[in-house]
Amino acid sequence: MEVEQKTSSPTFFKKHQESFYKSLEDKHTTLEFEDNQDPLNSRMVLNMGPSHPATHGVLRLLLQLNGETIEKAKLDLGYLHRGVEKIAENKTYQEFMPYTDRMDYLSPYSNNVALCLAVEKIAGVDVPDRAQYIRMIGAELARISAHLLWLGTMVMDSGAVSFFIWTFREREKIYDIMDQLAGHRFTVSHARIGGVANDITDDAMALIKEFVQTFPKELKGFHSMLDRNRIFVDRNVDVGVVPTDKAIDLGATGPILRGSGFAYDIRRFEPYLKYDEMEFEIPTRLEGDNLARYYVRMEEMHESIRILRQCLDRLPKGPIRANDAKQAYPSKDEVYYSMEGMIHDFMMTDTGICPPEGSEVYHAVEAPKGELGYFIQSDGTGHPWRLKVNAPSFRNLQVLEHSLEGASISDTVLIIGSIDPVMGEADK
Amino acid sequence: MAFVEHEHGVSHPITVYRSASDLTLVVPRETLLDTLTKLKEEHHFVYLVDIVGADRFVEGDRFEVIYNLIDLKSARRLVVKTLADEDSPVLPSASSIWTNASWHEREIFDMYGVHFTDHPDLRRVYLPEDFEYYPLRKEFPLLGIPGSIDLPTSTPDQEASS
Repeated sequence: MEVEQKTSSPTFFKKHQESFYKSLEDKHTTLEFEDNQDPLNSRMVLNMGPSHPATHGVLRLLLQLNGETIEKAKLDLGYLHRGVEKIAENKTYQEFMPYTDRMDYLSPYSNNVALCLAVEKIAGVDVPDRAQYIRMIGAELARISAHLLWLGTMVMDSGAVSFFIWTFREREKIYDIMDQLAGHRFTVSHARIGGVANDITDDAMALIKEFVQTFPKELKGFHSMLDRNRIFVDRNVDVGVVPTDKAIDLGATGPILRGSGFAYDIRRFEPYLKYDEMEFEIPTRLEGDNLARYYVRMEEMHESIRILRQCLDRLPKGPIRANDAKQAYPSKDEVYYSMEGMIHDFMMTDTGICPPEGSEVYHAVEAPKGELGYFIQSDGTGHPWRLKVNAPSFRNLQVLEHSLEGASISDTVLIIGSIDPVMGEADK
Repeated sequence: MAFVEHEHGVSHPITVYRSASDLTLVVPRETLLDTLTKLKEEHHFVYLVDIVGADRFVEGDRFEVIYNLIDLKSARRLVVKTLADEDSPVLPSASSIWTNASWHEREIFDMYGVHFTDHPDLRRVYLPEDFEYYPLRKEFPLLGIPGSIDLPTSTPDQEASS
């Protein structure tokens, strides 16, 4: 954090800096107080980020303060903008899939699944049940992993450092599972259009079963550490309140909206995969403060374990990819031992799947951060004409901009933590 | 084909179609705000999910702006689409109807150069204001335009080139 000096003029992206500062209504108050005045009663503009450990990435905030109260907050995004939507227009659908891992890099599996489901919807691909179940297992594990990172950082933001290491110990187990399941620990790229890359191995299955057994105990431990922890509760209760009507008006999504009292979950609203067959609750709280979001996310991890158990019980046997060479990659057995298989593999890589000309689709999944939607317009070729990512972090950051107003400067870091933005996704 | 009543008694044609997913209305830009307000006030589409910009790369009505709405009461999704002209891509801002339209419109402005009138704070959302191009337009090259953006100097002592 540093105080912007009134005299220093920006040397880098001059026009941008000027218009950014101008967007605050009172652009001249950089730091104005007399010698004999109390600094806590004077007004100043505080520049926070983009490189700040508590902004969870490269988020930049411009805060107009009156003493310790934030009068107005402005967010500056784009420090991680890579133009993935432009890249998508120049790639086949399958080629673009690994890029989605780098969007919400805390839950890459959900992103893969979201893209594949959107493409399957626009191209009319039927996916075998086993693949859907494997995707569900992966997506729920990704949710737990993302929420564990949020939990660690949020508790760290509230002042406890060692907690972060405990949640990372659990995340490490999920990484090991992903390693066995998908062949990668971090950016998994496991889903394929029409199915998944490979079947679940016995090793992966054993690890998942063990995780489902042991994790609830750990979660219970986390609950008992925090639920009645005086420091944690006092630090979070009534902080960053977003009332229900405001949350809807500001387009909040995911745990932010559910923490504000609206049970909106895509898994129930527009069931995808096999979520309509699963039994689970949508954790919702009415308070809309940091603590409410904490409870929502903690209970979501419980529900994820519940869904995982049901998936493991019901996991059907069968193929893991659509058996249609025009819609999905053929299996490696076919590619290596038959001429047609090899040609089809080549065609899938070269042209890829071609949705009908002029068709449009919007498909959303419930990613850990909220509604992650892909809007695709096709021109009949193997490349999308327009691919738009509806990123939940982007939408929740807009809520942040509004909910910071009136908050105390000391709560800023906590509110950012409870909004849980991933800049890779918000900046695209 | 349906018609919507304009406030002056003029009806404008609305095209309704369903592609691979949701029901889509195509409304002319003159009646866009009326339609959106009506949808929110009378049909409970209180939740704006997303606004998408698209470049059709044709002459005339080149840009598409697509509103993705949800009716929270009866759990419906509706897509409203409108077109913006190539020479003067100007549309009315929906941020007075849904507050969160603000950033989505800023993104479209950033990527396509579509202006929104009565927008509270129409600045670029991702790229710096110093950047002069609209990168998601189809004529913008994938590799970017050399020299269009300042890059940081390699040593901190050096002054940034301006």
